Amino acid sequence: MTDVAASPQPMVLAEGVHKSFGRNEVLKGIDLVVQPGQVMVVIGPSGSGKSTFLRCINHLEKIDAGRIRVDGILVGYREAGDKIYELREREVAERRAQIGMVFQRFNLFPHMTALENVVEAPVQVKGMARPKAMGLGRDLLEKVGLGDKFRAYPSQLSGGQQQRVAIARALAMDPKLMLFDEPTSALDPELVGDVLDVMKDLARAGMTMVVVTHEMGFAREVGDELVFMDGGVVVEHGPPREVLASPRHERTKAFLSKVL
Amino acid sequence: MVLVVAWIVAGVARVVDADTIRHYLFNRLILDGLRTTLVVAVLAQLIGIVLGVVLAVMRLSKNPVTSTTAWGYIWFFRGTPVLVQLLFWFAAVPLAFKTFSLGIPFTHVTFYEKPMVTFMTSFVAALLGLGLNEGAYMAEIVRAGILSVDEGQVEAAHALGMTPGLTMRRIVLPQAMRVIIPPTGNEFISMLKTTSLASVVLLGELLREAQNVYTANFKNLELLIVASFWYLVLTTIASIGQYYLERRFARGSARELPETPVQRIRRNLSLWTRARVEP
Repeated sequence: MTDVAASPQPMVLAEGVHKSFGRNEVLKGIDLVVQPGQVMVVIGPSGSGKSTFLRCINHLEKIDAGRIRVDGILVGYREAGDKIYELREREVAERRAQIGMVFQRFNLFPHMTALENVVEAPVQVKGMARPKAMGLGRDLLEKVGLGDKFRAYPSQLSGGQQQRVAIARALAMDPKLMLFDEPTSALDPELVGDVLDVMKDLARAGMTMVVVTHEMGFAREVGDELVFMDGGVVVEHGPPREVLASPRHERTKAFLSKVL
Repeated sequence: MVLVVAWIVAGVARVVDADTIRHYLFNRLILDGLRTTLVVAVLAQLIGIVLGVVLAVMRLSKNPVTSTTAWGYIWFFRGTPVLVQLLFWFAAVPLAFKTFSLGIPFTHVTFYEKPMVTFMTSFVAALLGLGLNEGAYMAEIVRAGILSVDEGQVEAAHALGMTPGLTMRRIVLPQAMRVIIPPTGNEFISMLKTTSLASVVLLGELLREAQNVYTANFKNLELLIVASFWYLVLTTIASIGQYYLERRFARGSARELPETPVQRIRRNLSLWTRARVEP
């Protein structure tokens, strides 16, 4: 665990995050810190609140209490005294542009080719000149191993290829933080490896990442911090090898015995 | 069944004067009417589409004032007959409001002012009556289209930093098109025919021109056949256009587009000629 005080500005700083859907409280006070360049892997049974927490980081979900700061700023709110007020959608959009997100079900834009998917946000959001964006898009697609698929539509690509386009699309905005919401859960087993390889390259290149996943191998290999969530709370966290080899908590042990 | 149809056709053929039909098919008055029908149908449909998109987005807005306004518009314009709406614009509005003026409300600034009777011509009344009515129907079609787009698309766009407006324009509406276009094609085909109602506001469209001719020469049946012929031509062309539009917007959803009828005929022809040459 990195010492919070030693580092001036954590990339993600969550304090006492609460979130309910109706009467169902899914996050019951989450405190987490992700340092720049760190890879945090979040695991836990379904319904543990791990995906919800991830979606709160870029304000796809509102929070009911607490604070989530990304690089020092609240993404969806402004602070006045000890109260927070939700920002206007335009302001939220501006802040979200610096956070990349990859979804379980890819969510590529089906009416655009792979290259158009990657180019869309830099051109429309950042106002980048189209030729420059196209160059960037081609570089990124080549980087994720899809140099021959520029003109393919999502429906013509396998799940693994689609997810790699989705990663390239998120990277095209040059984000300072990448969020992965079970990026390999919807993939056929033989396609998982390609996507994980791209993510490992990204981690080694120093990208700050929060990854919700069931891939323990990935956690062990590139994770700096493993977080086990259950019932809306962080049950246990620490270096992945330690947590996986000798979990301290009963619930962690029970969960790991099922998935390992 | 076939016999019954044949009997009716034969019966009609016996009383119809084919020369009259031939004579009036390309008559100047009829062709003028045809042009007016086409122009009014296209413009009214365009008004309807633009209005429909605006109303649909308003209807889905989180702001209750905005969504209720759209709901009220749709409720009113869908709930009253289009014939009444046409008469309202043409026959009631000029009596109730003496002048038409464009300006800033509650000030004395006006950009444009005209007596209402000269502004509200048959043409303007037809466009307003048909277009505003169509807007209500298009709103429901566009709304269904927007709702058909996966929520994940909006989330992905938002996660990339796109604003709601940009997301609607670049991501949601283009995908909604696939659901919007088939019923819109139907609406346009229906609009081509509904323009005939504008004959009540004295618009010189196809039906009115045909009527004008047959009140003079009593060739009612022949002229109604002429009018029907042109309506069929218009709706047939519109159906073909609809087919190609649907194909265009299926892009990305189907792995390979099916061949068009023209392509199929060409392929069959080339197979046939090759088969004849080769042996």
